[in-house]
Amino acid sequence: MIDTIRGQNLLSLEGLSRTAILEVLDVAESFVEVNQRAIKKVPALKGRVVASLFFEESTRTRLSFETAAKRLSADVLSLAMASSSVKKGESLRDTIATIDALGIDAVVMRHQSSGAAVQVSRYVPHVRVINAGDGLHQHPTQGLLDVFTVRQVLALRHGTSGLESGAELFNGLHVLIVGDVRHSRVARSDIAAYVALGAQVRVAAPGTLLPEDIGSWPVEVADDFDEALDWADVVGLLRLQRERGTGSFVPSLGEFTTTFGLTMDRARRLRPTTLIMHPGPMNRGVEIDSRVADLPSALITRQVANGVPIRMSVLYLTMAGSGEGSGL
Amino acid sequence: MSTSDERQARPRGLTFLAKSQLLSQDDVARALRRMAHEIVERNHSLEGLSVIGLQKGGEPFARALTALLADIASDQTPLGLLDVSFYRDDLSLNPVPHSAMTSIDHDLTGRTVVLVDDVLFTGRTIRAALNALSDWGRPRSVQLAVMVDRGHRELPIRPDYVGKNLPTSLDEAIVATMEGVWIGTREPS
Amino acid sequence: MSTFVFRQGLLVGASSSYVGDLLVVDGVIAQLGKNVDAPAGAHEVDATDCWVGPAFVDLHTHLREPGREEAETIESGALAAAVGGYGAIMAMPNTEPALDNVALVAYVLERGARSVVDVMVAGAISQGRRGEMLAPLAEMAALGVRLFSDDGTGVQDASLMRRALTYAKPLGVRLAQHCEDESLAGGGSMHEGALSSRLGLVGRPSIAEELMVMRDIELARLTGGAVHFMHLSTARSVALVTVARDEGLAVSCEVAPHHFTLDESACATFDALFKVHPPLRPASDVAALRAALRSGAVDAVATDHAPHAAQLKDLPFDEAPPGMLGLEHAASLTYEALGAREADPTSFFRLLSRAPARIAQVRSSDPRVGHGAHGAALQVGEDANLVVFDPLERWTVRADDMHSRSTNTPYDGRELMGRVRSTLVRGRLVVDEGRLA
Repeated sequence: MIDTIRGQNLLSLEGLSRTAILEVLDVAESFVEVNQRAIKKVPALKGRVVASLFFEESTRTRLSFETAAKRLSADVLSLAMASSSVKKGESLRDTIATIDALGIDAVVMRHQSSGAAVQVSRYVPHVRVINAGDGLHQHPTQGLLDVFTVRQVLALRHGTSGLESGAELFNGLHVLIVGDVRHSRVARSDIAAYVALGAQVRVAAPGTLLPEDIGSWPVEVADDFDEALDWADVVGLLRLQRERGTGSFVPSLGEFTTTFGLTMDRARRLRPTTLIMHPGPMNRGVEIDSRVADLPSALITRQVANGVPIRMSVLYLTMAGSGEGSGL
Repeated sequence: MSTSDERQARPRGLTFLAKSQLLSQDDVARALRRMAHEIVERNHSLEGLSVIGLQKGGEPFARALTALLADIASDQTPLGLLDVSFYRDDLSLNPVPHSAMTSIDHDLTGRTVVLVDDVLFTGRTIRAALNALSDWGRPRSVQLAVMVDRGHRELPIRPDYVGKNLPTSLDEAIVATMEGVWIGTREPS
Repeated sequence: MSTFVFRQGLLVGASSSYVGDLLVVDGVIAQLGKNVDAPAGAHEVDATDCWVGPAFVDLHTHLREPGREEAETIESGALAAAVGGYGAIMAMPNTEPALDNVALVAYVLERGARSVVDVMVAGAISQGRRGEMLAPLAEMAALGVRLFSDDGTGVQDASLMRRALTYAKPLGVRLAQHCEDESLAGGGSMHEGALSSRLGLVGRPSIAEELMVMRDIELARLTGGAVHFMHLSTARSVALVTVARDEGLAVSCEVAPHHFTLDESACATFDALFKVHPPLRPASDVAALRAALRSGAVDAVATDHAPHAAQLKDLPFDEAPPGMLGLEHAASLTYEALGAREADPTSFFRLLSRAPARIAQVRSSDPRVGHGAHGAALQVGEDANLVVFDPLERWTVRADDMHSRSTNTPYDGRELMGRVRSTLVRGRLVVDEGRLA
């Protein structure tokens, strides 16, 4: 079990202990405060260079990471590889060596292949590697901001603070993850985080969208979706990963929506305290009805807002304890 | 010592082993009262004064001083708390402290800021605090109040109000709380 | 020097062994005995505490010539083979272009004739290995090709496989199959199971291999043709072939060292050095394969030596080409799997030499192809293609020291037990004292 990400890479949430996850969340609370100031900047990473290496495009996530780095006063090298001339077949080792030659302290990386960030971390052991999503494998900062958002909202509800509550609010919390679990790196990261913090996790999906060997995962498979919705305190919806071939696993989007979509009907029957989450971008009308996305119990905009402080926390912790101090 | 004090006293991987208690709880209370009077005297009044306690060790002292100032001058001095972890220049060398929040709810421009900390040592924390303060405006002046000055300054920083001067050697450690001041060592836990 | 005497080694015959001397004159075994008088000028090879037997025969080697010479050439592959104790290797046809016609087969045979070991060619079953139309099997057989395969992939279409078996039968040749149903395994890069689902890698399920094994067993039964099952990776596959063989069908199977040494957990680091088709399986399959080697359920060990240029193995796991080096460490790994100190030398040479020689049909020499007899019983008059194996020597695999042109070995840094001391091919001592002579 990894007890802290200080000075380490963040490649996966699997194997992170409750302590390690809470550390990220607690430090993020301070960065929420920083983001509320007039001057949303602290010099913590001044002089450090963070490269953002996105082989798979995602404007939102990339901007979120780059904003986080800049608010820590780091210099950002932004490399949108997806639009460059880099084609399939360029070795990861060559790509990262070229960037490393420019002198970087950390790289935030998104790639369409599972494990790409892990492979890169082997090629540049002196550079901190932060996985911003690798194929179907993991999306650690999404998992972290999701649990952070839940803690934030539940703490408010109970009149306490996230910091004070630690992991208490997750104890026995009913979390239901719905949708394309098979192809979702967000699901893998979310499940690791929720389970580490003490929540009870169920998954609901058509049989073909559950991974093989779901029995070996620390979750229960819900037999009845509507019953599971009633059981849930938190409903985490997943995007149908059409670009990863979800299409051939379900007969049609319409059938998916009928059987596992959060329609307005289903949303009305949820308990009033149930929270609705989605990592974005949403396929409005598929996994979530457009009107449901705009309900007050839907925390989607809050999730997006929490992306920056969580990423600031991750950058700060992973880059602390590495590199040299800048002296006076 | 309370749990939060313990956490503050114990950087990751090291535990404080007290050798002897140098100041009692009463000594601390007396010193704070004296410092509060000194603050009023030096500034002629409390107008335009802001007390900022440095997280985490300075917080209890800042709260105490603010209460004492209210007693003396019947005026409520605004209190803020400042966490300087993000302003330190030795990120890689210092263990990242457990989370502590910053809360400063007013513009510090034109104010006389009294920074309050528990122990003054190399001066780097205060330098980080001076950096941080500039994000909340441009104070008219900044004064420094510390419970203990243990020497070994690495920067040209000097306190304006000191509870107790305690020369120490580098391998010793000082812990100062509202309950007292102890000298000892830090051992790997 | 054409006279060699091997002193005091364990001379491992097909069914019995004894410690003695072996004399080779002009590439032929001249004398065997407890003590042999060597003629003057004979090169002495000290084989004390070593095993002496027929040089190994690899049923499954990828020489990347023509097309990918930067990874391996016929010459470099042959050198690696000799160092590994091999006297003969079967070159797989998935070169670029594929070996599906006489011109290309002749090309490889001709270049092979100039290399240090005997190079045989496996011709493609289908044109271009596309799995649509039969390749000219008879023409290639006339050149001496005795084994055909579309290796890299298996023949997906059942009717084509049936036709190939029917056509091949009167030619007296064998079809070798890479068993993986692409519709089930395609797109996968590691074993399908709990680990692949955690890692987010699309998996290649065991059933993809087992279904094709079942299919081809039935097609062999239907047509009376001979099928050799290549690099079987699951316990069930081997069990299926064992039953079929016991029923009298003309089936045989091989297992590759990586499948009986490494398991799927090696892929958890996403290091593409461990990517191979069929993939590394769970520990339970690995244990079953090791047991099958000892019991005789598996006919032969074949390396599936698959060199790749280093930068290709640096690609993301799902994009990297599958395959690992095999020639230089197969003997040591087989020795370990057979129980090291408890290993039975007869089984050792059966798996590495005698059975592959029978399956490849190189037990007698073939002047057309220019190769000698392999997998011999160790009797006077036989072609002397021999290997001396030291079961006591320990060595550490170093990727940078491989004789192959490529370095994609999954065992870099690993200490192995047992090592080839000498390899004698076509009357030449190609390897002596563990080094190329």
